[in-house]
Amino acid sequence: MSQSQTAPDPIETQEAGAEVLLRALKEQGVEVIFGYPGGAVLPIYDAIFQQNAIRHILVRHEQAAVHAAEGYARSTGRVGCVLVTSGPGATNAVTGLLDALMDSIPLVCLTGQVPTHLIGNDAFQEADTTGITRPATKHNYLVKRPEDLARVVHEAFYVARSGRPGPVVIDLPKDILIGKAPYVSAATTEHRSYRPQTEPDRTAIARAVALLKSAKRPVIYTGGGVINAGPAAGAAMTALVRRMGYPITNTLMGLGAYPSNDPQFLGMLGMHGTYEANLVMHGCDVMLNIGARFDDRVTGRLNAFSPNSKKIHIDIDPSSINKNVPVDIAIVGDAGRAIAMLAEAWDADPTPVDRPAIAAWWQQIAEWRGIDCLKFTQAPAPGSIIKPQHAIQRLYDITRELGRETFITTEVGQHQMWAAQYFRFDQPNRWMTSGGLGTMGYGLPAAMGAQIAHPDALVIDIAGEASILMNIQEMSTLCQYRLPVKVFILNNQYMGMVRQWQELLHGGRYSESYTDALPDFVKLADAFGGHGLRATSVDQLDDVIREMIASPRAVIADICVDQKENCFPMIPSGAPHNEMILGTDSNIADAGAAKLTDAGMALV
Amino acid sequence: MISPAIRSATISVLVENEAGVLARVIGLFSGRGYNIDSLTVAPVDDNGHRSRINIVTSGTDMVIEQIKAQLDRLVPVYKVADLTLGGPHIAREMALIKVIATGEPRAEALRLADAFRARVVDATTESFVFEMTGSSGKLDAFAALMRPLGLAEVSRTGVAALARGTTII
Ligand SMILES: Cc1cc2nc3c(=O)[nH]c(=O)nc-3n(C[C@H](O)[C@H](O)[C@H](O)COP(=O)(O)OP(=O)(O)OC[C@H]3O[C@@H](n4cnc5c(N)ncnc54)[C@H](O)[C@@H]3O)c2cc1C
Ligand SMILES: Cc1ncc(C[n+]2csc(CCOP(=O)(O)OP(=O)(O)O)c2C)c(N)n1
Ligand SMILES: [Mg+2]
Repeated sequence: MSQSQTAPDPIETQEAGAEVLLRALKEQGVEVIFGYPGGAVLPIYDAIFQQNAIRHILVRHEQAAVHAAEGYARSTGRVGCVLVTSGPGATNAVTGLLDALMDSIPLVCLTGQVPTHLIGNDAFQEADTTGITRPATKHNYLVKRPEDLARVVHEAFYVARSGRPGPVVIDLPKDILIGKAPYVSAATTEHRSYRPQTEPDRTAIARAVALLKSAKRPVIYTGGGVINAGPAAGAAMTALVRRMGYPITNTLMGLGAYPSNDPQFLGMLGMHGTYEANLVMHGCDVMLNIGARFDDRVTGRLNAFSPNSKKIHIDIDPSSINKNVPVDIAIVGDAGRAIAMLAEAWDADPTPVDRPAIAAWWQQIAEWRGIDCLKFTQAPAPGSIIKPQHAIQRLYDITRELGRETFITTEVGQHQMWAAQYFRFDQPNRWMTSGGLGTMGYGLPAAMGAQIAHPDALVIDIAGEASILMNIQEMSTLCQYRLPVKVFILNNQYMGMVRQWQELLHGGRYSESYTDALPDFVKLADAFGGHGLRATSVDQLDDVIREMIASPRAVIADICVDQKENCFPMIPSGAPHNEMILGTDSNIADAGAAKLTDAGMALV
Repeated sequence: MISPAIRSATISVLVENEAGVLARVIGLFSGRGYNIDSLTVAPVDDNGHRSRINIVTSGTDMVIEQIKAQLDRLVPVYKVADLTLGGPHIAREMALIKVIATGEPRAEALRLADAFRARVVDATTESFVFEMTGSSGKLDAFAALMRPLGLAEVSRTGVAALARGTTII
């Protein structure tokens, strides 16, 4: 809460709440709103109709509006904005809100509400939106007094983008939108209680540098926090890590912060991370975590996680520190500031690193790399079935060869993991995936949001045939706004990730993970007004990719891939890092059974 | 190494007195599976802007640290203090205790109440309501003594707590 220091407008010059709302959004720099109308928000739609500064993108489902705003936010570093109606509009948005909360994406979502005097009466399309969204947002507001409206909007943006970013809901009763309300500018409002710590403690930084200099087997493990901290933080980190000469790995959410073709980069770590990244984490003696949250997909079995290391953890959210993994040096602050201070302290400290030990460590890493854990065999003969890994590899090679600015989103499943493994990123904010919630249906709307923000860029949703059906209606939005998003479906006819677990853990009983009646995706693209393509054998793949990219329209490319392929390496849930299943294990069910405990079986 | 033993903690939280703030705190505890042994809340400044929430909870050191960090990241929270760790503190609770009894048990209840410095705030020929302030343990002990004498109902406020001396949160 905050107070305004200047007197609000006198009543005679006040505007309607909806006008005040738009004015506050403009002051906050909002250029695009993703939304869907309804009775409770009609005054806002009327105000939108009468202005040009803010563009409204009409989605086909409110969940998609939120994911689109996430894609917009993640690809620009700005706060995404959503507008939905009361009741079903708000409840449809909930999945997207929780997705943004789990992945620390800054959003402001405006929800309509029944007029204040009807709240609590089970009025038409009434929902307890603040109650429902409380655990799905960073914060939420119900505006009950006109004089609170403008201030709440400014506060919501401040809360969404400050500290650990996240989604904020503002619930707006219709009478507040219609009645007059005073305007206050952002400059005159200041939040009373929310002041996240961004400046790291200098002595902790000094201790971290001393520990890092003494390391014999160091690793740097970075996550989404470095992306949140902005491209400059990633660049500063890259420069520092190169000066250190230490190996670095990224989480799924952290990909792109460090150039993935750099020799110091070990690839992604975790459940489907590389052999070398996971063994380095397991065997290291000093670990520097910047903006990653020791997620269970990353740590595997906690009591066997990196057992012999001293750990340094830099995070803007104190609740991320010592939550899952106790650490030796805790540094609360913004990753960008912390990296700058680390770099300064590193350069100022004359202590040399232990060169022979580091050289031996790289020697060991080279051996692990020699396993070539991402190796796959693609039969080259025309007519051969396409391996999904090969499809991603070719997509990457061709986009790289074309040199266009490229943004990748994904759905959730095997294709998502293959995308993380085989598509390589050299810059942050080019990779958008649902990590924490793992929301199937995220990728297409997120791609839409990224394309709105970057109209000339190549935006590709790497999809599975099951996930894409969860928000397929957004093809209609793409066609309305002529957004040339490319949907690249790795079509294995299975919920492949589910099938893989069933093969591994449930005796190959593929209960309900096969889709018997898929649509014809080529015709489906046509029906929406897009362009459909299909590749069924390896010789067709490159042509389809090139045609997809060259098309000025929204495209669905249906890439029919090997239905039985599994995603490796894999650390089964509850297993430690050094018990990975590799694709070369002759029988994955046996390998899985040997590495899986009963406790692990209960995990997701 | 952090101790795995379960301990009790009295946590004080200073919050902006806005709609839903208590729901946020309670939802945090239920959603993340933390214990609430006692919770009290009331405005504590002149203009009613700020409330103080006192929570008695239990868990390992790591869990209690996590509870404090989770409380602290709630947007309307100003300050979180662990009074148990922060040095000496006083934690008091008030209870109203109704005993229905006649004859010797009634006389015995009154004698014990006197020994415990409980006040009689309501009396009929068949009943007493005692008011008693003290540590939660003392209240528990008094209620246990009243049980065989005709304890009928108990209403407790939950814990209010402050650090001793000049320390403020
Ligand atoms: C099918 C599937 C499989 C998966 N497999 C893997 C896998 O193999 N490997 C993997 O890594 N993940 C995997 N994930 C993703 C996983 O679930 C988590 O989402 C991910 O590991 C979390 O990434 P992170 O630790 O970088 O944290 P994020 O969720 O990105 O959190 C960011 C952290 O940084 C902090 N932070 C935010 N802003 C700042 C700032 N400015 N400065 C400092 N700190 C900041 C936050 O407080 C938070 O602690 C998988 C997901 C799915 C759906
Ligand atoms: C909304 C939602 N429902 C269910 C799941 C569980 N789930 C995770 S992956 C997956 C299968 C995805 O299938 P597909 O999109 O075809 O991708 P593939 O694994 O085959 O590449 C399912 C059902 C989920 N993550 N999200
Ligand atoms: Mg599939």
